[in-house]
Amino acid sequence: MSRTSLDLWVGFFVAVGLGALLFLALKVGNLASSSSGDTYAIQAKFDNIGGLKVRGAVKSAGVVVGRVAEITFDPEAYLAVVTIKVDARYKFPRDTFATINTSGLLGEQYIGFEVGGDTEMLKAGDTIKKTQSAVVLEKLISQFMFNKAAENGDKTAGNGDKK
Amino acid sequence: MSQESLVEIRNLNFTYDSRPVLTGINMTIPRGKVVAVMGISGCGKTTTLRLIGGQLKPTSGTVKVGGQVVHELDSDGLYNLRRRMGMLFQFGALFTDMSVYDNIAFQMREHTNLPEALIHDLVLMKLHAVGLRGAQHLMPAELSGGMARRVALARAIALDPMLMMYDEPFAGLDPISLSIVGELIRKLNDALGASSIVVTHDVQESLKIVDYVYFVSEGRIVAEGTAEDMKNSTVPYVHQFVWGEADGPVPFQYPSRPYGEELMASAARRG
Amino acid sequence: MDNNLTRALRGLGQQFTSRIWRLGYASRFFLALLLHSGTALRRVHLTIREIYFTGVLSLIIILVSGLFVGMVLGLQGYDTLARYGSTEALGVLVSLSLVRELGPVVAALLFASRAGSAITAEIGMMKATEQLSAMEMMAVDPIARVVAPRFWGGVISMPLLAALFSAMGIFGGYLVGVQLIGVDEGSFWSQMQAAVDFREDIVNGVIKSFVFGIIVSWVAVFEGYDAEPTAEGVSGATTRTVVTSSLAILAADFILTAFMFTGT
Repeated sequence: MSRTSLDLWVGFFVAVGLGALLFLALKVGNLASSSSGDTYAIQAKFDNIGGLKVRGAVKSAGVVVGRVAEITFDPEAYLAVVTIKVDARYKFPRDTFATINTSGLLGEQYIGFEVGGDTEMLKAGDTIKKTQSAVVLEKLISQFMFNKAAENGDKTAGNGDKK
Repeated sequence: MSQESLVEIRNLNFTYDSRPVLTGINMTIPRGKVVAVMGISGCGKTTTLRLIGGQLKPTSGTVKVGGQVVHELDSDGLYNLRRRMGMLFQFGALFTDMSVYDNIAFQMREHTNLPEALIHDLVLMKLHAVGLRGAQHLMPAELSGGMARRVALARAIALDPMLMMYDEPFAGLDPISLSIVGELIRKLNDALGASSIVVTHDVQESLKIVDYVYFVSEGRIVAEGTAEDMKNSTVPYVHQFVWGEADGPVPFQYPSRPYGEELMASAARRG
Repeated sequence: MDNNLTRALRGLGQQFTSRIWRLGYASRFFLALLLHSGTALRRVHLTIREIYFTGVLSLIIILVSGLFVGMVLGLQGYDTLARYGSTEALGVLVSLSLVRELGPVVAALLFASRAGSAITAEIGMMKATEQLSAMEMMAVDPIARVVAPRFWGGVISMPLLAALFSAMGIFGGYLVGVQLIGVDEGSFWSQMQAAVDFREDIVNGVIKSFVFGIIVSWVAVFEGYDAEPTAEGVSGATTRTVVTSSLAILAADFILTAFMFTGT
């Protein structure tokens, strides 16, 4: 194997290997989409963030418009403080409603922005006033069971009345 | 200041794993001479070469090459010393992944900054000296035993060493290659003005070309002298070795119980 | 009966201490290897030659194995996901399995058996035919000239081969899932992109393959250098390379996975 053809093959090998790495990074992973453009940070306070994680998505009308940057606890108001980095291309009105939704039935949680009609836009450092916390499955179930029990109680009471 | 002897070994002892390999060795290799170290297999001849080359350290005693004590050299000193020594290993030890040309050019490329054109001329010169200029592009696997040995010889003299060491250079060669290698050892030694140590148990070839012989048996020197002295020696070991006698100080029978006893014992078991 | 028991225990203890001793010797060798790596990195051509022999010549086995592993993942994955009605998650299953685990680990195991054993055999044969000794006598350090380039060649080849394995595997999963079975192509890729994180999954996979490369190359050059200079010695060393590096890879995989993928 002459020197030049050997070098050629090794160069080919390294190029193909790096190409595979690039393929994995861009096409398979989320490097392209998570590439940072300009963003501005705003905050939102929630009673309960449920399973929301840092780097979770922030969507409006189903489109990703930002990412959760930080999640901290406010020890005075006993609320969760979520810092969101919003893509600088998008401006949202001051009365935007921030909700914590679940993608699918048991999927990951993300923040959804529902816009109101305010003419003034949120600026960097602002706080979203209206929030809805995550639905906690246990509460839902216990509420369901409580409602069911109340219904049955009414029925028997009703039956008793009829008698 | 030139000294008479290139290599001086005084009271050398070497033990390996608490087994004494060499005991009380005294040798002198004068400049410009070819010296043979002979003995049966396993008597410590190759170990002597490794001690001279600094691959092993003596347990006690001194080994001096060119006035320097080998085992006291630091790595730089050893490096410089080895550049002036050439060694021919048993069966050649050619680098199998390189051509003949690259094998010989190896030391020149590693240790000097000579341009490729000059290296080309030098390699051809060395190959011409051993008669293998036409084989320069072959790979070691394509060479016969005799040719490989000659290429290894050319490689060993690549940097014109002052001391040449040959480890069993005649092992396994056909008669023609035998005499060629013998001639080359003598001619190259005289041409380079170097000294050569030939470790061998081939009596015929070596006695033709050497100036002095040391006979080693079980780690000790039992006899020394010129080739003529050896042929006429009355030392039983030397006599048996030189004339190839089956039995003598080196016994024919491997140590065992007396023959009669063993036969009696098996008869008793059967009886 | 007492004698047999004590003899067995002593043998066990001896084996244990001899292994520990060997590990220490191998570590000193590793240090010497790193210190003498200057030549391998300065005379790049030596290392390039080794990248050819370990990396390029392993391409076929890595690519074909990657393809088959990916295809099997596609088949098995589809079968399991269909039970929960989540077949659009096939892309996620195939890619995460490959990038996090199967790519680095299986590629490393294949590398150990193909390239690792070849390195050991080569160095062992050089030792048996006194080529290393000859080099020493020519004042050329065999560790710098023979061992170090092979080590670095292996370390450089390994991550590239692992990436190629994962990429081929994903392609194989795509072939089986989308083309053969009929999973929706759009959701295959989009869910994959959403689920595979560059930093957490891909970078960690690359780090793993890098660590495995060091392990395999170290074991391969050490066993070759330390082999008995006989035919049996070289063959024993080659076997030990494959066995030791395979076990070490799996153990290191556990440790690395525990560090990287838990405790989020």
